[in-house]
Amino acid sequence: MKKKKDSKPEIKEQAPALRSGAQCVIDGLAKAGCDILFGYPGGTVLDIFNCLYDAPFQFILSRHEQGAVHMADGYARATGKPGCCIVTSGPGATNTITGLATANMDGIPLVCITGQVALHLIGTDAFQEADVMGITRSVTKHNFLVRDVNELPEIIAKAFYIATTGKPGPVLIDIPKNIQRATTTLPTIAPESVSMRAYKPDVKVSKSDIEKLAELINKAERPLLYAGGGAINGDASELIRELAHKANIPVCTTMMALGAFPENDPLSLGMVGMHGTAAANYAVDKSDLLISAGARFDDRVTGKIDQFASKAITVHIDIDRSAIGKNVETHFGIHGYLKPVLKAVLPHIKPSKHDAWVKQIKDWKSKFPLGYPQPEGVLMPQTVIKMIDTLSKGKAIIATDVGQNQMWATQYFTYTQPRHWISSGGLGTMGFGLPSAIGAQLARMNELVVCISGDGGIQMNFQELVVAVEHQLPIVVVILNNGYLGMVRQWQELFYTKRYSGVMLSQQGRRPNEGITEEQKYLPDFVKLAEAHGATACRVTTEKEVEEALKEAFKRKHTTVIECIVSPEANVFPMIPPGAHVSSMIGHLKN
Amino acid sequence: MKHIINCLVENQPGVLARIVGLISGRGYNIDTLNVGPTADPTVSKMTIVAPGDAKVIDQITQQLSKQVDVIEVIEMTNKPHLEREIVLVRVETKDNAQRAEVLDVASMFNAQVVDIQKDSISLQLASNQNAVSEFLKAMQPHHIIDLSRSGVIAVGRESL
Repeated sequence: MKKKKDSKPEIKEQAPALRSGAQCVIDGLAKAGCDILFGYPGGTVLDIFNCLYDAPFQFILSRHEQGAVHMADGYARATGKPGCCIVTSGPGATNTITGLATANMDGIPLVCITGQVALHLIGTDAFQEADVMGITRSVTKHNFLVRDVNELPEIIAKAFYIATTGKPGPVLIDIPKNIQRATTTLPTIAPESVSMRAYKPDVKVSKSDIEKLAELINKAERPLLYAGGGAINGDASELIRELAHKANIPVCTTMMALGAFPENDPLSLGMVGMHGTAAANYAVDKSDLLISAGARFDDRVTGKIDQFASKAITVHIDIDRSAIGKNVETHFGIHGYLKPVLKAVLPHIKPSKHDAWVKQIKDWKSKFPLGYPQPEGVLMPQTVIKMIDTLSKGKAIIATDVGQNQMWATQYFTYTQPRHWISSGGLGTMGFGLPSAIGAQLARMNELVVCISGDGGIQMNFQELVVAVEHQLPIVVVILNNGYLGMVRQWQELFYTKRYSGVMLSQQGRRPNEGITEEQKYLPDFVKLAEAHGATACRVTTEKEVEEALKEAFKRKHTTVIECIVSPEANVFPMIPPGAHVSSMIGHLKN
Repeated sequence: MKHIINCLVENQPGVLARIVGLISGRGYNIDTLNVGPTADPTVSKMTIVAPGDAKVIDQITQQLSKQVDVIEVIEMTNKPHLEREIVLVRVETKDNAQRAEVLDVASMFNAQVVDIQKDSISLQLASNQNAVSEFLKAMQPHHIIDLSRSGVIAVGRESL
């Protein structure tokens, strides 16, 4: 064998290799470092799937294209590397929209490849044709339609370059079937070697800006760091810790930044915003210098804009120039990557104590702890989250759906590391939890991944459970079943005089004419449903049962579903009503 | 206040749709939009006239700059610049008296006659947006058969 190879190497080197467009896709993905491709096949991607057969990376078949995009998204959030997915034209492509929009809002790097009908058929309403460029334009960072196979190697490299630089985001490549079959002699291009005239993500921060920032920090009496998703995306959590400790600056995080600063650190205030801690929201209100480190002043954080941080000089460090001054008129904007900015400013920071301010923060924290009523004989959803925290020693990677389950997961798990929190922030996508947990688990096989869902969200992508089972993923899916679409019900309770409209998922409270019998008490029966998908499943109703079930599940080598029957009308508190000031906070405990 | 934004973009299919979609998707208005080639065949220039306060215009500018196909965005309004808008208007002239009246207005505004038919006359005026609007107001009493008005185009005039 060896001899044979040695005897004729030159011929191959000299003749430029002729490759199909489909092969260029596989080679381009491999060159960009793709190790798992998620997707779903179809007519217009048959050629790519044919080459995929011999690809140097793993392919994971989802059961719905939305699931494939969320899996790639979960993979990206868990690793920081771009997630990759592939779907067919028409319905395959339109099914990706929610997934793309989710990633786009949260700045998650994805490359999504869609098949398209042959170039000459575009515009003819051909079978499985959709104007994917038009449809996905506003839910992607960028999209490409490949019109010539010779452009394909470069476009794939550009897609990865655009997805991973600046504020990251999803990039879609629409590839007509005839382009996949056409051939080119052009080589594969590495994303690092791409240079684009109109897209220059590298920004230099001026020395004077750094000095000004340092001066503000050194002068402040009540400084507060407000870390956002950019702290995770920009891999800046260590520097945030360094800055906080050097000048004794308290830190609150947005939901997207959970884990960017260890919540067991005395300087941590936890999450800020609508369902954030009272201490974090009071600190924002009273601080004299608020430094946003990659947070974008989202309405769920600011509440009433003109009263937000009204006593503070606001600083906004963001790689997205358009985010600066978009929601809040900040006093000082710094356009740049968080990591180099923090690195540059650190040597200028004078060690400081801020004793009075730190004591005030400590007082708030002990005066207004997170808490919830614990009636006898009722399993509280918050207790379930606390147990996941305790039993996993705070080390689990948590993926969630959206709503109450998500908010309790922010409040009662102690996040200490970045990339352990996987949740749809900006778009608030129900059905995100399970598929993103699958993506995260595949990326980090040796870690414990727990998916926290509600009985609503889990039903939106339940079909993906099969993917976890067939790949023997030890994911633990915890369903907090309260029989309601809980967050909507909570708003109806608080702001619509308890007129519960369209939120009942269980038999309880339904009109008799819906004809649900006593045998159908659990509808759907999540235990049977999970078992039908091949997972181990159980239903628990008491704290003791939860504890046992979790302990067993954490040891298991395959997928577990634990359905927790929890208090039907538990609420997420504290809560600052939408568009209100911190002084309107409701439902917080007082010690 | 109206703002003139010049936007240099990659001359590629779909870029116009991207820019227009961005502006409408974020709820901003456009008064006029003009697209044309530049000296470099790979670059197109879009001139957008949009109403809004400084904050809105800053957002439009930043959002445009963020687009992968946008090379440069220049807010022209507060810089020394030349701006022009062109209008072609065809007016009914049934008799000599009417024709004389129309030509009178045309000469007042320095509009050029570009076509004459036995019952109509076509005029062209290239000027700033105000002058074009005033000219059309003056033409109102006559029967305007057809009218085509371009968007504003602008170039800077600072010394290099």
